Amino acid sequence: MSNVAGIYGSNGAMPASGSEAGPAPKEIVVAYGFWIFLLSDIVMFSAIFATYAVLANATAGGPTGAQLFNQKSVAIETVCLLLSSYTCGLMSLAINAGNRIGTFLGAAATFVLGAAFLALEIREFGGLVARGATPERSAFLSAFFTLVGCHGLHVTIGLLWLAVMMAQVATKGFLESVQRRLFCFSLFWHALDIIWVGLFSVVYLMGVG
Amino acid sequence: MDAQPHDLAPGDRSGSGTVREGTLSGLLVYTIGLVLAVILTATSFWAANTTLLWQPGVALGVAVLAIAQMGVHLVFFLHIDTGPDNTNNVLALAFGVLIVTLVVVGSLWIMANLNANMMPMGQLMDLHMQR
Repeated sequence: MSNVAGIYGSNGAMPASGSEAGPAPKEIVVAYGFWIFLLSDIVMFSAIFATYAVLANATAGGPTGAQLFNQKSVAIETVCLLLSSYTCGLMSLAINAGNRIGTFLGAAATFVLGAAFLALEIREFGGLVARGATPERSAFLSAFFTLVGCHGLHVTIGLLWLAVMMAQVATKGFLESVQRRLFCFSLFWHALDIIWVGLFSVVYLMGVG
Repeated sequence: MDAQPHDLAPGDRSGSGTVREGTLSGLLVYTIGLVLAVILTATSFWAANTTLLWQPGVALGVAVLAIAQMGVHLVFFLHIDTGPDNTNNVLALAFGVLIVTLVVVGSLWIMANLNANMMPMGQLMDLHMQR
């Protein structure tokens, strides 16, 4: 092994990398695979973003974004999701340290903040539908509900996933496999926050400005 | 040791010997990320609602702030950096950014052209009536 490294080192052709030490550890491979999935999910979102951007002015005489959107509610949703991303990071630190109580606390805070985000979004959707701004009203509203609803669906799935993971930590303990799943969850949750950044900028801020 | 304590691939864990140190530096990284994200978000919301700025430039400014905040999230929350274990992740990200840019910019470009070149609806109706 060191022989091979020496040859590469003396040639200077191959930089020192993980491949010289054999295959990468499983947690790195798993994280890489999950990262590929997240990127494909982001590519899917980009198509929905493009659709929304194209249709944003196709209101068909119906209400426009400036008339419908409540920036205060969006700001609170943004704060909820950002803080839940932070507590999710704290949770992965607690997992690193093998701190079970810290893990549960971080997960609980993440869950509550994520659920608050979802509740605000559902309330917003309810208010829109009550005012007649349903997805059938115009192409703009169809695209709006598709884009924001798809993100909300991801958040819902994330909350379910988090609940399942906490049940696994409670029953199985900190197994290697459970830890890997928890890290995949935190990647998923952070990626959702990245999508929300694009979403509130494109839909709510540009739509009103 | 040449690697930084927070020099981790997504989902990577620090060595067991430096757990406490890793937790503290990790906490610092996440907190810096949170502060930067809050500043960028607040600036975005302010820019969209103020009348002090040149209005046509606001959308561009909000877009730039959003991209900056996505970068902050990638580096401080997802730990995408230049570490040796991270090369594949960075390459995959670069490919993802390429596809996202092609899809979004391409769609907007084509649809804007179609809109500009399409015959207005009234004229189209007249053509139908002449038959």
